[in-house]
Amino acid sequence: MIMGEVPSYRVTGVVSIDELRKLGLIPPEERLRKGPVSIVECPEMIPCNICVDACPQGAITKDRIIDIPRINWDKCIGCANCVALCPGLAIFVVDLSKEDRAYVTVPYEFLPVPNVGDYVVLLGRNGRRLGKGRVVKIWERNRTWVVTVEVPRDLAMEVRAIWVERGESTQ
Amino acid sequence: MPPSKFVKDRRIWEHPIITFSRGRKVKFYFEGQEVEAYEGESIAVALYAIGIDVFSWSRKLLRPRGAFCMVGKCSSCFMVVNGIPNRRTCIEPVRDGIKVERQRGLAPIPTEIPKYPEHPEEVIKTDVLVVGGGPAGLLAAITAAEYGLEVLLVNEHFKLGGQLVKQTHKFFGSKELFGGLRGFQIAEVLRNRIRELKNIRVLLQTTAYGIFRDGWVGLVGQDRVYRVKPRAVIVATGACEQYLPFPGNDLPGVMGAGGAQTLMNEYGVRPGDVALVVGSGNVGLIVSYQLLQAGIRVEAVLEIMPYIGGWFVHAAKIRRYGVPILTRHTVKEVWGSDRVEGATIVRVDDKFNPIPGTERDISCDLVLLAVGLAPDTRLFAQAGAIMRWVPELGGLVPLRTPYLETSIPNLYVAGDASGIEEATTAMIEGEIAGLSTALSMGSANSKAEERREYLLKFLWNEYRASPLLARARSGKEKATVSVDEMNILRKKYPPLTSFG
Repeated sequence: MIMGEVPSYRVTGVVSIDELRKLGLIPPEERLRKGPVSIVECPEMIPCNICVDACPQGAITKDRIIDIPRINWDKCIGCANCVALCPGLAIFVVDLSKEDRAYVTVPYEFLPVPNVGDYVVLLGRNGRRLGKGRVVKIWERNRTWVVTVEVPRDLAMEVRAIWVERGESTQ
Repeated sequence: MPPSKFVKDRRIWEHPIITFSRGRKVKFYFEGQEVEAYEGESIAVALYAIGIDVFSWSRKLLRPRGAFCMVGKCSSCFMVVNGIPNRRTCIEPVRDGIKVERQRGLAPIPTEIPKYPEHPEEVIKTDVLVVGGGPAGLLAAITAAEYGLEVLLVNEHFKLGGQLVKQTHKFFGSKELFGGLRGFQIAEVLRNRIRELKNIRVLLQTTAYGIFRDGWVGLVGQDRVYRVKPRAVIVATGACEQYLPFPGNDLPGVMGAGGAQTLMNEYGVRPGDVALVVGSGNVGLIVSYQLLQAGIRVEAVLEIMPYIGGWFVHAAKIRRYGVPILTRHTVKEVWGSDRVEGATIVRVDDKFNPIPGTERDISCDLVLLAVGLAPDTRLFAQAGAIMRWVPELGGLVPLRTPYLETSIPNLYVAGDASGIEEATTAMIEGEIAGLSTALSMGSANSKAEERREYLLKFLWNEYRASPLLARARSGKEKATVSVDEMNILRKKYPPLTSFG
């Protein structure tokens, strides 16, 4: 492989919003403001179509198994089934429908498991701590927890993981 | 009971993905001292769990050797068990009362004569012999058995499932290909299917040691040997982890990435506290994430190339938790006395030469090598199958037709032994090989033929069509010849044996 052909996320392990937008993986601004919607951060041609089957709305499609997923933003209701089932843990749900805050839904496969109401550490794509956020919803599917946290609006496209410090959970 | 001098407990009792259901307690003797383990653990795992880092001492320089592959492929866990030297303790289960001793240099010849069973030898005639109980072998056995063939499945380990049993991540693929399930869950599904099929006989802890003239295969089990006369053989022996040369690479604590997975994901034993991972292919990235899940700190993942080797999504999973992936970096040296205490890493230039002055020391007790795998193709080479050196596939592999038959008639290859890819393609190849045996024996119908064509088309035209899999795809192309080409080669280099 020649370096010039290698996208920067293959060097850093961090994908930028611009790169995702170019691949058609970022919903338009007005859709984001309407309510929860899936952001599929899956820029490579992986032979996998679990997300297609995972979506009860039929909003995710792939022509060939190796294609990058296509999301029909109008069909997507932000249910986060795909967040729970994506083997690459590469799908998130962002909700920008409220004026003063945002909600981000991320997969979580660590211990301890937080409770609704707990404040957890918010992490960016590069592991940077972005403050703390309150857990508003949490559910589980085959040991992957799907956690929705309340975050400041300007962090909605940045927060992509949570970390629960031992003793931090009120559990 | 006197207080044990082995006070460490490296067992993991709480894990986000796996529930470790440990068997009853077992007591055995380690160098005269009574130690405890849990039924279902291997001897090496049980010793590692109580803090034994040194498994043996090298033969000439008596350097300490520790856990490395943990799947019966290397020799660092050789110990004396009940007087018998050179036992692979990583694939030998603990039993009550056994006596285990480490080896310093060459072991003495055993003096105790083992008790032989009444029938130390058995001759077996079967339709299909499957060697290897990993994803490829299990699919091959299931498929052949579903078409009514008598199947003998032999596995070196005391458990079926191969490397699936230590994969805690969810697999890519489609639902039909077990995608979305975690590796150990796929192993469970396949094991249950094997149990249902009454025409599969399973021999565990049994090694196929050689292929002989006139289509005979020799097996050696725990208390007997077998002479097998199969009509077809499918060899799915998997792969061995590659080594990397650097000073200190033999110190206990330098481990294959798969060895660490065996410890922490199969047996629930912490391989260390602070890790450095060498190699950012999928194995390196996935094992790093699994280390974090087991509560182990990962200082960095090193990658000698200027870009990450594995899928971006696997890299993103560890980057989100702050693990740095250092491209253009390699390990220069590892130090410690009886266990890794740290490593020096270094930047490399465009020609992969270390750049002086860029060295950095990292404190760690675990250095995991995830620098590739080599197909385990010893049986093919021994049988005289036509081999080809294919670097894209990890080394020497048998030449095969699209239906996975080698130059030895009715000897098939499937899975990583056919060239390194991953578990999903191994399962597809296993099924193709199983279908091929059924078709060649006339026990299959046109449905089997259609299924095989569908799988071949899917594998070559869809699955391997991803540009990121181009290297493996081109490797598999180099190792594959048409049936006509194979027949020409067979005339030129007549097979030394054949099945049928």
